[in-house]
Amino acid sequence: MPAVSKGDGMRGLAVFISDIRNCKSKEAEIKRINKELANIRSKFKGDKALDGYSKKKYVCKLLFIFLLGHDIDFGHMEAVNLLSSNRYTEKQIGYLFISVLVNSNSELIRLINNAIKNDLASRNPTFMGLALHCIANVGSREMAEAFAGEIPKILVAGDTMDSVKQSAALCLLRLYRTSPDLVPMGDWTSRVVHLLNDQHLGVVTAATSLITTLAQKNPEEFKTSVSLAVSRLSRIVTSASTDLQDYTYYFVPAPWLSVKLLRLLQCYPPPEDPAVRGRLTECLETILNKAQEPPKSKKVQHSNAKNAVLFEAISLIIHHDSEPNLLVRACNQLGQFLQHRETNLRYLALESMCTLASSEFSHEAVKTHIETVINALKTERDVSVRQRAVDLLYAMCDRSNAQQIVAEMLNYLETADYSIREEIVSYLCFPYFFHSWLWYHKYHLLIRMLHRTSPDLASSEVVSEEPADTVHDADELFHKFVCKNNGVLFENQLLQIGLKSEFRQNLGRMFIFYGNKTSTQFLNFTPTVICSDDLQSSLNLQTKPVDPTVDGGAQVQQVVNIECVSDFMEAPILNIQFRYGGTFQNLSVKLPITLNKFFQPTEMSSQDFFQRWKQLSNPKQEVQNIFKAKHPMDAEITKAKIIGFGSALLEEVDPNPANFVGAGIIHTKTTQIGCLLRLEPNLQAQMYRLTLRTSKEAVSQRLCELLSEQF
Amino acid sequence: MIHFILLFSRQGKLRLQKWYTTLPDKEKKKIIREIVQIILSRNQKTSSFVDWKDLKLVYKRYASLYFCCAIEDQDNELLTLEVVHRYVELLDKYFGNVCELDIIFNFEKAYFILDEFIIGGEVQETSKKIAVKAIEDCDMLQETVEEYMNKPAF
Repeated sequence: MPAVSKGDGMRGLAVFISDIRNCKSKEAEIKRINKELANIRSKFKGDKALDGYSKKKYVCKLLFIFLLGHDIDFGHMEAVNLLSSNRYTEKQIGYLFISVLVNSNSELIRLINNAIKNDLASRNPTFMGLALHCIANVGSREMAEAFAGEIPKILVAGDTMDSVKQSAALCLLRLYRTSPDLVPMGDWTSRVVHLLNDQHLGVVTAATSLITTLAQKNPEEFKTSVSLAVSRLSRIVTSASTDLQDYTYYFVPAPWLSVKLLRLLQCYPPPEDPAVRGRLTECLETILNKAQEPPKSKKVQHSNAKNAVLFEAISLIIHHDSEPNLLVRACNQLGQFLQHRETNLRYLALESMCTLASSEFSHEAVKTHIETVINALKTERDVSVRQRAVDLLYAMCDRSNAQQIVAEMLNYLETADYSIREEIVSYLCFPYFFHSWLWYHKYHLLIRMLHRTSPDLASSEVVSEEPADTVHDADELFHKFVCKNNGVLFENQLLQIGLKSEFRQNLGRMFIFYGNKTSTQFLNFTPTVICSDDLQSSLNLQTKPVDPTVDGGAQVQQVVNIECVSDFMEAPILNIQFRYGGTFQNLSVKLPITLNKFFQPTEMSSQDFFQRWKQLSNPKQEVQNIFKAKHPMDAEITKAKIIGFGSALLEEVDPNPANFVGAGIIHTKTTQIGCLLRLEPNLQAQMYRLTLRTSKEAVSQRLCELLSEQF
Repeated sequence: MIHFILLFSRQGKLRLQKWYTTLPDKEKKKIIREIVQIILSRNQKTSSFVDWKDLKLVYKRYASLYFCCAIEDQDNELLTLEVVHRYVELLDKYFGNVCELDIIFNFEKAYFILDEFIIGGEVQETSKKIAVKAIEDCDMLQETVEEYMNKPAF
């Protein structure tokens, strides 16, 4: 029913909303809004003190205008005033406004925190609820500082009402997520675990959510929750549909709580106590059994809720990876879903089976579904479902089916979506595919196919840009790797060297693949990573020797573990020596482990960026380079390179929209170095000016050097 | 946890936006544009789940409104569909056969109802009866006070 306004009806607001809806153009809307803003401004400034109702109405109008997408720069004071009203809806609107339009003015924050403090102490559960919701919605550091100590007390106090306990639990969860250091473990934790036994299922649900997150960082503290969770879950799963009354959802008993308990159990290994373990196994079996029973209702809500619990139970079974019987049953259940009418279930089954494929107990069982998955790849209309099929094919691949799977993937590549093609190509450079004779033959097929279907893709990731026999410019290939991690590093008539790396904070791992392109063995194959003295102290590289014999057509792999101790300027050298036929081969290439690999993007607002830019204004901190563009000056490609370099790409910061602005942090073991960059293109002159500002001159220098070569 | 919830019409007009993480306003606007575009371009035969950045979008259409939740990778997708359904049920109970206009003209109520149901990105109360009662109690409280205050003086 289109009720114009229900409850306390703010008629003026309804009229205003109607006016906006009736505006025929954007200009008319803006005009009407400006008129209203002027009206509200004058009312707020007026001589007469506004009564609560009017204040509420105007604050609500401001909120509406803001949510439409227009900026509001006043009204905060009035909203904060509403917080101290004794009238519930006035308070409510005040809280809504300040939660949506978060303001960092310290005076306002002080007033808000004060109002919250009063409401928390009021012992009025509705007011306490509002205050707790506000803290949970805003979750700022200032609020955490003010209230993180108080809320656990409210949560575990005996006289706290159930609804307030629920809000307190989830409020504490929010604060823990944003400011974990302000929520230290204490006496309250054991009392929170005890809430799992509470009579009120809403309280149990909220407590479970809280414990699940806390347990991830503090497993010891909460390990007693495991047996309580198992008992609770067991009682729910075996209950009749009338038992849980209002917590039964379309004939499924407490699905939300069941899923949350199953999630909590995924924070821990299988229970050690055999009784608890037995009970849990029974529980999981019951859930699997129920899936085979005829449905109690035709409604999709019933099947969604039932299957939600089922998928979470399977998730737990996979996580424990300890009961072969359960794993095989889970696999069979997923196998059934693979052919279900509903797309959602096929999607989730493909996704779930992917994780199942890596368990040694169920890997073979998963492989039996290969035909179904290949069929999904060919026939599913939804690209996200096809994506899952690709992931699963890769996960189930081993020596026994690599040939079949590679063939199917290559076939699929011809007609695949662009987004999936890149994934498939990067999968194809993995060992199983390279190890077989298949690599050598299909590899060339792959290059031809990619050149035909997607020339720009062919030049990235695995395959080389030119026919396999030429020697590439070493420097050029090195620089190619500054902004990407996978691909061919070096190639001549005998040998191809591929790389696949991943980096995280100040650590990294690089897989080097050496492929023998000939039909003759390489003997005494010795690749060595060499660092100059200077470099050695800044970059820690660990590697193991490889098999000194490399068969014709075969590929060997070497892993390099990388730790960035401090900033470094040079690159390590990879030296390879081996005997081929009667000749002795000796070649060296620069290994593209560069400082920007430890560069992590940092998003920031325009304000923050300029503040930091100003802070780094010491001439030693800035390095600038003006250079001629080596490649076509395409903006989209430039953006991709900046992101590939490791920087965040900050939009709408530079007043000139043609310029590119970035920010990030270099992570080393010893320090972290903040970096800002600005790239200014001059299309007419086909030149760029690149500016780097970091707190360390050498870092600015190196990053500027590396990045300048990319454009 | 749920990162954000968006309600928008088939024409892409945003009717509700609830954020459970802190983001600058510019970023929110960008996300909204992107997501509305992605969801509106999906056709009938697709699943209700879309991978987006490191999150998953779970969406469902009810009459003229799309309800879209962004959840984390490890969250339960099917259950999120039912979170959306439960929210629709709550709106329906409150407004009586809810329609888009109700949400437009009583937007603040839609937020209040959502706040009774989800806090900090987690479901708070899953009993429909309890949630609806909590919302109706507040209204009655206010109505009584308003009525009392509006009685003509003599």
